[in-house]
Amino acid sequence: MTGAQIFCESLKREGVEVIFGLPGEAVLPAYDALFDSLNRKELRHVLARQEAAAGHAAEAYARVTGKVGVCLVTSGPACTNLVTALADAQVDSMPIVAFTGQVPTHLIGNDAFQEADNVGICRSCTKHNYLVKDVKELAPIIKEAFYIARSGRPGPVHVDLPKDILLKQGEFAYPEKIFLRSYNPTVEGHPGQIKKAAQAILKARKPILYVGGGVINADAAPELRELAELAQIPVTMTLMGIGAFPGDHPLSLGMLGMHGAWYTNTAVINTDLLIAVGARFDNRVTGKLDAWCPEAEVIHIDIDPTSIARNFHVEIPIVGDAKHVLARLNKDLRQLDDGSWKESREAWWQQIKAWKAQHPLTYERSDEIIKPQFVIQEASRLTSHLDPIVATDVGQHQMWAGQYFIVNKPRHWVTSGGLGTMGYGLPAAIGAQVARPDKLVIALLGDGSFQMNMQELSTVVEERLPLKIAIVNNLAHGMVRQWQELFYNRRFIGIDLSVRPDYAKLAEAFGILGLRATKPSEVTPTWERALAHPGPVLIDFAVDPEEACFPMVPAGAAVKDMVLAKPKSEKPEEAKARAAKLTGF
Amino acid sequence: MPLDLSEVRRYTIAILVENRFGVLSRVSGLFSGRGYNIDSLSVAETLDPTVARMTIVARATQLVIEQLVKQLHKLIDVIKVIDLTDEEHVSREMLLLRVGAAPATRAEILRIADIFRAKIVDVTPLSYTLEVTGDESKISAIVELLRPFGIQEVVRTGKVAIARGSKILSRKDQTKLQQLQGAPRAVGYDS
Repeated sequence: MTGAQIFCESLKREGVEVIFGLPGEAVLPAYDALFDSLNRKELRHVLARQEAAAGHAAEAYARVTGKVGVCLVTSGPACTNLVTALADAQVDSMPIVAFTGQVPTHLIGNDAFQEADNVGICRSCTKHNYLVKDVKELAPIIKEAFYIARSGRPGPVHVDLPKDILLKQGEFAYPEKIFLRSYNPTVEGHPGQIKKAAQAILKARKPILYVGGGVINADAAPELRELAELAQIPVTMTLMGIGAFPGDHPLSLGMLGMHGAWYTNTAVINTDLLIAVGARFDNRVTGKLDAWCPEAEVIHIDIDPTSIARNFHVEIPIVGDAKHVLARLNKDLRQLDDGSWKESREAWWQQIKAWKAQHPLTYERSDEIIKPQFVIQEASRLTSHLDPIVATDVGQHQMWAGQYFIVNKPRHWVTSGGLGTMGYGLPAAIGAQVARPDKLVIALLGDGSFQMNMQELSTVVEERLPLKIAIVNNLAHGMVRQWQELFYNRRFIGIDLSVRPDYAKLAEAFGILGLRATKPSEVTPTWERALAHPGPVLIDFAVDPEEACFPMVPAGAAVKDMVLAKPKSEKPEEAKARAAKLTGF
Repeated sequence: MPLDLSEVRRYTIAILVENRFGVLSRVSGLFSGRGYNIDSLSVAETLDPTVARMTIVARATQLVIEQLVKQLHKLIDVIKVIDLTDEEHVSREMLLLRVGAAPATRAEILRIADIFRAKIVDVTPLSYTLEVTGDESKISAIVELLRPFGIQEVVRTGKVAIARGSKILSRKDQTKLQQLQGAPRAVGYDS
């Protein structure tokens, strides 16, 4: 077989069904072999319109299915475009294998056409990477790449394929098993530590479960639910952990962190036992570290030992896979449980309910101007019985989605957390829909974010993906505007997106139904129309440009100094005047 | 031993890695990515040609080094990491030094070289080139002593270090490594 055929065969052996990609000269031999795979219906290729989008789609595919996402792009600029997606996958622990083309081995280092130091450039933003220098190494490298991507803390693995290697003839021998002497992730947690954790949980008076994306990677949602219900522990999720615990469950406190609800953050900082599972104590969650959770003893369950005790003290560290560790923890809990925690737990929940009543998540409703939170709430309400998959982009709309869209199942929420990559949302929605053609997929985007990868609308049409794409259009880079408003004395610069295409018309130009809503009364009917439409829809929601995302923990501030809503009670005429400017084209 | 975690110290770390291209880049990238300079780095094959050993000397706080060591463990190609700083260890560097040696000073230079057990590896009418091997303090001392004579050029290798006794990379680790490799071969240290 040629290297290219070995490539296709290896992907088949790994159970790959879809590749997101964009061809180019260096990678043509691989595409030529893919041509046959496509005809034999062994693999599906989704053509992105920009390489970063191919990477993001692969990430979302991985998040939604739990399988390794795969993308294939050519050399040089394609690889450098892909870097954003690789860095995003690394920070958010998404298992993907990215194949890039490379100039023939004898031309490497010669400044050839479309040559770049792919491996060098991607080294720091991948879990591991390879340059294939011999066709004999190709199959073992691919096997290793998939293993590394999906095991331990998942992450992106990059494989660079020189063109001559793809053309060379070689024997195809797919290794049954591989063993990396230098890489052996711990799966089972230390039983002694787990028992210690169980005892601590039973003794705690004000425990909190703080869960992140790791729970989703480990498919540990059932074990988590069991744990929470066993000891009636309040559960809060990071942005990446949304869906790990049902949002509408009585024990759920919703999202915590910089834009978490006041009562959620307050409960967290008053805890005496913080049980962190698959979360990494990111600075967006903790705010000022020395002021966070002052009384807490910390249990940290994580598969990555470098995450533990990295930013914050941990009394009971447990390295292991969340599913395995939680299963064992639940067993220990049931064994040791004597019900002595019930009384203090009752008091804890009373306190939390009081906090919730004191400052619930809220926004000022309006009949004159569309509030972005309302757009998201309505979407959540209208689709709650359908368990949709929600993909968001980055910005204020993302935070509002985290606050107001109720997600009840894992792998139904796709967002760019750690890297905060604008332009992520649309390709991610594409990846999610390709992964689950049976599901309703909603893309919540900002107007700034949408413009970063709007060319992918062609992919939506080509692949016939019935996405419901909502642009929360506030004519600005909303989050940046908010920061300039709050911290830079309203010295607005570089945030004005009032010069823009007519998004609804743009959608039509791509071949997608384009809708617009400019009044609050139009929001629900527009959503209903979009949801009823059998094909893809893009909705331009003209929302209040002045609306900011609250509560907010200012950067570097202590969580307890969270800023609640801006005290703003506007006269209806003012809202009307602002609304009048938003009647589109 | 109460250690001030924020005090900057010099750390010596030995790392066993897969002997493949790119590993050096990844390891040094870990340090440079955090803005930490590597004072010296040496790397070479061990007795097992598939395994290389790196010795890195870097200046950082205890907290940072702990994180760096953890991150090093995380790298796919890193087999084992040992922080030798607080362990009993032997370290050596080599220095090649060319010093100006006019007729008046030639004898004195030879005497200094003799004291430090340095070898003369090159001679010209106006200079000597010395080769010196020793620990850090010995190397620094001879450089200081020869400075007044006019040092023309200096080349220093990085530090290499090996633990004393059988505490680190013990027999148990050795056997484990051998089992992993499937063949009874030593991996670059006294068997």
